[in-house]
Amino acid sequence: MAPNPSPTSAFLRVEVATRSGLPDAHAKKLAAEIGRTLGHPVEVQLIRGYSVAFVGSPPGEEATAKLHAVLADPVLHQSQRLAADAPVPPPPAGWRRLDVVRRPGVMDPAAASVLRALEAVGFAPRSVRTYRAVLLRGAADEAQLQTVAQRCLANLLVEEVRLDPREAIAPFGELAPAPFRRVEVALRDADDATLVRLSKEGMLALDLAEMQAIQAHYRKEGRDPTDVELETLAQTWSEHCKHKTLTSAVELHGDGAPRRYENLLKETIFAATQQLNLPWCLSVFRDNAGVIEFDEQYAVTFKVETHNHPSALEPYGGAGTGLGGVLRDTLGTGLGAKPILSTDVFCVGPLDLEVEALPPGTLPPRRILQGIVAGVRDYGNRMGIPTANGAVFVHPDYRTNPLVFCGNVGLIPRDKIAKAAQKGDKVFVLGGRTGRDGIHGATFSSLSLDSSSSTVASGAVQIGNAIEEKKLLDAVLDARDRGWFTAITDCGAGGLSSAIGEMGEELGADVELSRVPLKYQGLTAGEIWISEAQERMVLAVKPEHAEELRARCKVHGVEATELGTFTGSGRLRLTFAGQPCADLSMEFLHHGLPKRTRRATVAPRAAAAATAGATEPLPRDLDCNRLLLQLLASPDITSKEEIVRQYDHEVLAGSAVKPMVGAGGFGPSDGCVIAPRLGSKKGFAVGCGMSPTTGAADPHAMALLSVDEAIRNVIAVGGRFDRLALLDNFAWPSVDDEATLGSIARCAEGCRDAALAYRTPFISGKDSLHNQTKTKDGVIRIPPTLLVSAIALLDDVTGAVTMDAKRADHHLLLVGETRAEFGGSRAHTLLGRAGGVVPRLDLPRAKALHEAVARALASRKVRSCHDLSEGGLAVAAAEMCLAGGLGAALHLGNVPRPAGLDDDATLLFSESAPRYLLEVAWDDLDAVTQLLSGVPHGVIGTLTERPVFTVSGLAPKPLLQIDVAKLTEAFRTGLDF
Amino acid sequence: MAARPRALVVRSAGTNCDAETAFALESCGAQATILPAEPFLERPELLADYQLLAIPGGFSYGDDILAGKVFGLELAARAGEQIVKLVQRGGAAIGICNGFQILVQMGLLPGLEQPFGKPEVTLTDNDVHKYQDRWVRMRVTSDRCVWLAKGETLFAPAAHGEGKLIPRDEAVRRTLHEQGRVVLRYIGPNGEDDPPFPHCPNGAVDSIAGLTDRTGRILGLMPHPERHFLPWHHPTWTRDGLAEVPDGRKLFERGVNAVR
Repeated sequence: MAPNPSPTSAFLRVEVATRSGLPDAHAKKLAAEIGRTLGHPVEVQLIRGYSVAFVGSPPGEEATAKLHAVLADPVLHQSQRLAADAPVPPPPAGWRRLDVVRRPGVMDPAAASVLRALEAVGFAPRSVRTYRAVLLRGAADEAQLQTVAQRCLANLLVEEVRLDPREAIAPFGELAPAPFRRVEVALRDADDATLVRLSKEGMLALDLAEMQAIQAHYRKEGRDPTDVELETLAQTWSEHCKHKTLTSAVELHGDGAPRRYENLLKETIFAATQQLNLPWCLSVFRDNAGVIEFDEQYAVTFKVETHNHPSALEPYGGAGTGLGGVLRDTLGTGLGAKPILSTDVFCVGPLDLEVEALPPGTLPPRRILQGIVAGVRDYGNRMGIPTANGAVFVHPDYRTNPLVFCGNVGLIPRDKIAKAAQKGDKVFVLGGRTGRDGIHGATFSSLSLDSSSSTVASGAVQIGNAIEEKKLLDAVLDARDRGWFTAITDCGAGGLSSAIGEMGEELGADVELSRVPLKYQGLTAGEIWISEAQERMVLAVKPEHAEELRARCKVHGVEATELGTFTGSGRLRLTFAGQPCADLSMEFLHHGLPKRTRRATVAPRAAAAATAGATEPLPRDLDCNRLLLQLLASPDITSKEEIVRQYDHEVLAGSAVKPMVGAGGFGPSDGCVIAPRLGSKKGFAVGCGMSPTTGAADPHAMALLSVDEAIRNVIAVGGRFDRLALLDNFAWPSVDDEATLGSIARCAEGCRDAALAYRTPFISGKDSLHNQTKTKDGVIRIPPTLLVSAIALLDDVTGAVTMDAKRADHHLLLVGETRAEFGGSRAHTLLGRAGGVVPRLDLPRAKALHEAVARALASRKVRSCHDLSEGGLAVAAAEMCLAGGLGAALHLGNVPRPAGLDDDATLLFSESAPRYLLEVAWDDLDAVTQLLSGVPHGVIGTLTERPVFTVSGLAPKPLLQIDVAKLTEAFRTGLDF
Repeated sequence: MAARPRALVVRSAGTNCDAETAFALESCGAQATILPAEPFLERPELLADYQLLAIPGGFSYGDDILAGKVFGLELAARAGEQIVKLVQRGGAAIGICNGFQILVQMGLLPGLEQPFGKPEVTLTDNDVHKYQDRWVRMRVTSDRCVWLAKGETLFAPAAHGEGKLIPRDEAVRRTLHEQGRVVLRYIGPNGEDDPPFPHCPNGAVDSIAGLTDRTGRILGLMPHPERHFLPWHHPTWTRDGLAEVPDGRKLFERGVNAVR
């Protein structure tokens, strides 16, 4: 049961509306959205409602003015006080009223602030519930009102809409505490069918082998497990927490001699890092984030997480809590790092897909993108952490299962990186209260979506409260600097069960669950233990500082509660009001998961290359002007300004290269550069790389291409190649079949090969499997997707370089060879062509190339630099021009290429890698060319004052000519969401 | 007064520009202390030890109800008198972005009829109805404010969703102009008055970006001078070179010098 809507004390309502004649931007925007959905214009008015219960009776009429002063703006608003029993004010004739209220138990972040404001002026409120009322004129019939309610007003998972409401919305009352009931699950004598049923009914997501292992353990213990023990095992062993698919042994067959990995990622990606053994890698694949050296006093941490399934169901809450989660990863790294930069990458379906074209229960991609952008914006902006790097990819196979990657970089003193809870330390939970939020989030993310997901998983959706997390952040960093705790981790998937289970792995812990502060009563011990309520951290606090910690947290407005002790017993012992509800061996919890061996197959390399290569060249009569304009306006390339400007990308004042650069402030920067210590010029660059269109044909090549693009994006802004670290994020469909498992294995091998060749270590990573959706027409599987994120140091951010063309008469130098490689290219997508050679990387030569470009940039003789990726040379050069407001005259004759390649369109649009375009002044040309010796490069043209972009082909005749204004217009088309 | 004035930077839950605001004040010669709201509200008289007060940007208490409302109410109820005393004895104060919204909600700016407690303008949703982070140009249109010099321009990022300034009525609007309380107005790229979006990022009445109080010692503004404080903050420094004294630094230097 969620909280009870019936009130326990008298209450009153205040409804606030904008005065007539004054603007209401919210209403205007909502009217536009509804108009778009219904296909005809409507009018909208908005009312904000507050339902407030008081200690004792509500304030008398004489206090009404004061009440209005708190809840309304005297300049903007008119407000109305309504008694508990007053009817809902009827809308004017011709209008309809729809009330939107949160469902019981859903986070209402504004309620706490309203309580505080009422207290500030002397009221004694008991509880507050906020709501919205929408007055609408222009819906044709009831069916249209239903459409509006479902598509424009509310997400029915977390809110309900009441049409023409009669009843006042009452504040939530209080529930009685749940009585404690110890439940034992009869497991010892269960047959296999029963084991499977128990797992399914309990949403445990444990397979038969795992249930059998648990059964065997309890037979040995001579008892049955309690429900809480079983839940704890399910959470800890979940795919989300344990990554058991990729930590199982894999045997790879199909391309030469079979090979076996006892632990796939550990023996590929992590092994490469170990083999490189670079002294500036301070903590890798161990903590919540990877840690590398920054300067003498500080290190930087980096982690990227996914939050896909919740974002499919409730994009706003899903993306917000996704970002909130990765921020807590930063805060839970070492003894707490300070988050200083966020990144976001979204993969969604085509934005013009309407709900009718989608399987039932699926939100249209446009609405998903709106929701996730708003979620990241509101959470990130409120936290005051700049979101300054990202990407958007559009592909039909993300339509039912979008991907939301949220990353964060943190700054941590180097003497705060090590942590270890000590015997006798107190188990503390800090931050938000615990409710029924996100129960089974960890196990839910380990299952595939289907059309029933949107109903069964409503409990898995969390809504974040950024201000709660901001307070938590401030309190934790304060306590860290005072040395009061010995270890910290975040409450993420699995809630307290995972956090305390992990921290106490070596020691064991005793925990009293009835001490956990609750949002509302009525939670069982098991629910408290696995709730994924957001904005909580678990700390191991030195007993002598427990009191001080509590007091200091109070200053920050943060609750700090002692739950128990790290004991040294090696057991996880849980009690509720003193009654035992679990007593688990940490050894079994963390090492009892049965190890499996899985067989995987990969296509023979030669065969893959042969099938991939069988495509005709681009048509000879291709209209290059038209293709370039189409490319610039296409979803993966077009300006993301609409998104970037909604993010506070400059807060904390570290911004040295922004996500958008150039004369007009809309040039797409390759990466961002941050100087995080105010006053110091030391900085770092962050960028990302992705090539989801090549993964199906060649997962190994996809890995190399993604790593290479991420590296180019940070080198291009001035990052050091020899202080460059990587992160991997695998987002895959289910890998239950041998071929798909083989594809992820080949991709992991690609990451390893690139990392070793470039000497750029992976320092952290995360995988998300089961990204697929069952529909009545079959399973929709996402394209295998690898996101690689890169971070590289800059000794001096005033040496950073941006991609906008700087001055007429400067030369453009193309570095790197262009080959006929169109596999997965944007040109092929737009022209509707399949196949093509996936770009091949020669790793040793590519390494030399990156080194040479980094050297050239370090000489400060390169005026601008841009990476060539989607859309190839034509797009990169056009972007430099439009960003700088200059024209260019290019001649393809000097483009470095293999002998025999004589096709202009290939030189313009092929996506070979690695390549960079450099702007160099005439005087510096010799010096820069010298630095590039040994690496293919050629001067391919000059920048011009006249704002026209022209290209002449190999046969020296005009091939392409477009005004830069037209390029700009195409590029700034933007995403329609 | 003091050679190294003391500056109090007050932060509430959700304040997030406190470190860079303190850094700016320190770099200009002040000695800055960041203090959470609770101890300040409990003992607002500690302001007597300071010459400067800064309310930085952020989302105080989530900007629930209205931007700046909750913290504005608390400050008005418990620290209003102390802030008025601070400027009466020659101190100065600044509210940036959310800090400006807070000073407006507590009625300290513009404070036409009474020093505080009666809001006369509001800062509400941008016309484009969304948060916008973009650089804007402003002109100093009054010589009333110690933080600014009339005629100068200020280039700085605006980063807010609720920055559209609306006076309560025509009388308030007229008085603001007549008394020189309108100290900053958004201008176009070539200095044009009353420019359209995006040069005026929010649709503020008369393109008002900043106000001062009756003493000229309190400044409230929506854009962030502390984010144009270091030369590499400028969005086109890689084109135009690194400035010696960025615009935002000039503003903080004036404010600190005014209480020295």
